[in-house]
Amino acid sequence: MQWVHAWLLMLPAAILLALFTHYPAIATLWHSFFTTPKGGRPAQFAGFDNYQQLAQDPVFWQSLTNNLWYALGTIPVSIALAMLMAVWVSKNIAGRSFLRLAYFTPTILPMIAVANIWLFFFTPEYGLLEKLLGAFGSGGHNWLGSKNTALGCLMVVTVWKEAGFFMIFYLAALQSMSPHLADAAAIEGASRWYFFRRVTFPLLMPTTLFVFVNAVINAFRLVDHVVVMTRGGPDNATELLLFYIYEIGFRFWDSAYAAALTIVLLALLGLVAVLQFLFLERKVHYQ
Amino acid sequence: MFSKSSARAINGSCGFLVALVAAAAFAQAPVEVSFYYPVAVGGPITKIIDGYAADFEKENPGIKLKPIYSGSYQDSITKALTAFKSGEPPVMSILLSTDMFTLIDEDAIVPFDDLIRTSEDQAWLKSFYAAFMENSRTGGKTWGIPFQRSTIVLYWNKEMFKDAGLDPNRAPANWKETVDYAQKLTKHDGSGRATQWGVQIPSSGFPYWLFQALAVENGVQLMNDAGTQTYYDRPEVIEALQYWVDLSRKYKVHPEGIVDWGTTPKDFFEKKMAMMWTTTGNLTNVKANAKFDFGVAMLPAGKQRGSPTGGGNFYLFKKSTPAQREAALKFIKWATSPQRAAQWGIDTGYVAVRADAWDTPIMKQYVAGFPAAAVARDQLPFAKAELSTHDNQRVTKALNDGLQAALTGTKTPEQAMRDAQRESERLLRSYK
Amino acid sequence: MSHVYASRGAVRGLETMGAWLLGLLWILPLAYAFWTAFHASEYSTRFVLAAPLTLDNFVTAWNAAPFARYFLNTVLLVAMVLAAQLVLVTLAAYAFARYAFPGRGILFALVLVQLMVMPDVLIVENYRTMTALGLKDTILAIGLPYMASAFGIFLLRQTFKSVPRELDEAARMEGCTSLQVLWKVYVPLARPVYLAYALVSVSYHWNNFLWPLIITNSVESRPVTVGLQVFSATDQGVDWSIITAATLLTTAPLLVAFLLFQRQFVASFMRAGIK
Repeated sequence: MQWVHAWLLMLPAAILLALFTHYPAIATLWHSFFTTPKGGRPAQFAGFDNYQQLAQDPVFWQSLTNNLWYALGTIPVSIALAMLMAVWVSKNIAGRSFLRLAYFTPTILPMIAVANIWLFFFTPEYGLLEKLLGAFGSGGHNWLGSKNTALGCLMVVTVWKEAGFFMIFYLAALQSMSPHLADAAAIEGASRWYFFRRVTFPLLMPTTLFVFVNAVINAFRLVDHVVVMTRGGPDNATELLLFYIYEIGFRFWDSAYAAALTIVLLALLGLVAVLQFLFLERKVHYQ
Repeated sequence: MFSKSSARAINGSCGFLVALVAAAAFAQAPVEVSFYYPVAVGGPITKIIDGYAADFEKENPGIKLKPIYSGSYQDSITKALTAFKSGEPPVMSILLSTDMFTLIDEDAIVPFDDLIRTSEDQAWLKSFYAAFMENSRTGGKTWGIPFQRSTIVLYWNKEMFKDAGLDPNRAPANWKETVDYAQKLTKHDGSGRATQWGVQIPSSGFPYWLFQALAVENGVQLMNDAGTQTYYDRPEVIEALQYWVDLSRKYKVHPEGIVDWGTTPKDFFEKKMAMMWTTTGNLTNVKANAKFDFGVAMLPAGKQRGSPTGGGNFYLFKKSTPAQREAALKFIKWATSPQRAAQWGIDTGYVAVRADAWDTPIMKQYVAGFPAAAVARDQLPFAKAELSTHDNQRVTKALNDGLQAALTGTKTPEQAMRDAQRESERLLRSYK
Repeated sequence: MSHVYASRGAVRGLETMGAWLLGLLWILPLAYAFWTAFHASEYSTRFVLAAPLTLDNFVTAWNAAPFARYFLNTVLLVAMVLAAQLVLVTLAAYAFARYAFPGRGILFALVLVQLMVMPDVLIVENYRTMTALGLKDTILAIGLPYMASAFGIFLLRQTFKSVPRELDEAARMEGCTSLQVLWKVYVPLARPVYLAYALVSVSYHWNNFLWPLIITNSVESRPVTVGLQVFSATDQGVDWSIITAATLLTTAPLLVAFLLFQRQFVASFMRAGIK
């Protein structure tokens, strides 16, 4: 009987998920084995042609490499900062309301608008960053216009966005924690660091698992700022996988090839997500 | 669908007569024409378009026009083709002139030729500037009608010219003069860093467009009319790119790396550079925001003058009834009449698309007060079709990547253009 | 968190400084937006304290689109989406957290797929579905694909799993049915998480753009972001004054709501009445 109950509970969500996620996802998989239909030429079965084309596409490989660096550079920093921010604003720090608002701004402001603001920060000569650096006698950089620094700039924007976002979930988790735990630990004479390491941190693990899975997925999903700030340039230096999919799908209108690339990305993410989930879920201690 | 008039007919009579009248009214129910349009320049564009629709409907009670704002140009083609693939495209849409091959390949649009029957219509088609029609025709058919079109011009800061000892009322006429002027206009601070650049040509996002001006000036077009062949690796093209690269690397009068399109006008207002290349669509913006005396000129000549055209055309979607197509054409003719073309140009900064628009009193008055507005028109005889081929955006991306590689110094101009051409040949193989 | 472990002395000072440094960095874009929106455009790159204030940018922005109607649509949209999400997500998360049934792992993986599938990729198929359902150009069509939120199911599953089993069992001993247990034990304990989720969901749908633009055509169904977009994609370059004014205009309700609600984050555990 238990499972009938469970199924009934999930039914409404399952129907919507099937209709608006799984059905289109399967359609995508299906289309990836055909050629793109164009006007007079209907789609033809193409087997793995699209995937073979992918293997030989230098822009694909470049965007994959870019994306891996992007993930490596943004995920750990965002999570660490998020946890730090949450610990700070969950206690009686001076100006707590202001700090909460500050950390929360990335979630409130629409990315397209914010990307335009960051564009100003990174602008050569009169941009905010250059002005600050100029005061210290260094400057003369074209941050977004150079192949060496463009991806780094995007990573800064991403960390800004992600840390503020994940902070909210850590904050919520900290608020659900019983204050009696701390009282008890203090009575037993545990140090502050010891308490964080042995009590707070483990209790945050379910949230960390959640945040981590989302951070990995977001590292492949956040591309709104690419559209505004660099459009993948200079010379593909900031081409990320999803932006490339977007280009292929809605600029080149090669839906079959976009489908194949989507499937590769999905498989990649799925693999990573399942692995980390299996690995971490076992380490997470739920009460 | 039932209209107000048919409803009124039913209310106003009875019996047998009702059926008769209602049937007649139904047959004459207004034709509904849905119409996507993008907004790419500042100003209350959506209000102007809504005003057009209202005025047009007043004059043509049989037609119901439904203008739908569809975001940027890129959003608009996304929306239009998404709707098309689901079987419900708009009747007409304003999209980039360079989207022509994409739309033809998708079999989404119909040519205007079948609708052009009278000699009056033919005269109307001939009234547009030839440069704008180049991107609207292929294979002997007309697929697009020019509406909001632009071209590239040079804006310069007259005060800086004066400071550098140059004639403030004369822009450089050719490439060599550009370098001379720019060298005088570039300033450095104590540490040798430039505080003011001579010239700036944006290279983010769509560098191909600005580069095409250089190529045309150097005597070559980047593609053939059929959209099946590009000429990225011709010596003249490589030479044009070499010139652009030299501006920053050899002469050091142009910022290094990629120059952002979006911030270039602001750089100009902030007096970070003396000459900028950008669209005529910026005219209204510069006029409003430049706190100094500025000039507008045709782009400097290489072997010849030149610039690509840009901007959007009207397209007619295939999935529409004959009545809808007729109604759409009626509106397009209405919206491109000399009077309205002139007003639209004044309101938005786009180039009025036909010669007789420039003879209208409002335009004459406008140009008299603001002569810079006529520069784009005077340059049109030298203008060429914007780069557009089959598989357009992909073939263009090959060039964009090559240009940025050369400008950032990762490839030599020759290497970059060879690679771009090889990629383009691969992409266009199946269209030959 | 507890006051027992509140930092003291020098450590406290250092931490406060660090928190403020980070806070100032994080609020910089918003601060810039405020500065630029209230000044004429020549001050968008120059920060002079004596610069005259102006509301012109807001007037221009407000007049560029029927924002009053757009705001109404957006409020309806986020309210509808959030209400549906809270119900659907709570039920599904409860099932995943506290029921053992065959295929649970696979089903959960299928839910997570939604996290990975990019909404943009689904646009063409979902447009077709909406057309078939006759929902095109409605507010419901904008919200429907987002109502079963994998993100929410995942988040609440983690939260519900952390609820002590003893509380669950105690409630059942008192004769509660499983839905009553959910309502009386799990939901109150998860209050801060619900609040966090609500803030995130509302912010996301308030700012979502591409799908609403594509699936709607008329003023009666379009959200504020469609009005906002008029300023951000221009041939003539970026005009920061007008973009920031329009951004502040559209996000002001979110900012105010956040300021009001952030106090709710304080010590919900105590108020839930479970000791």
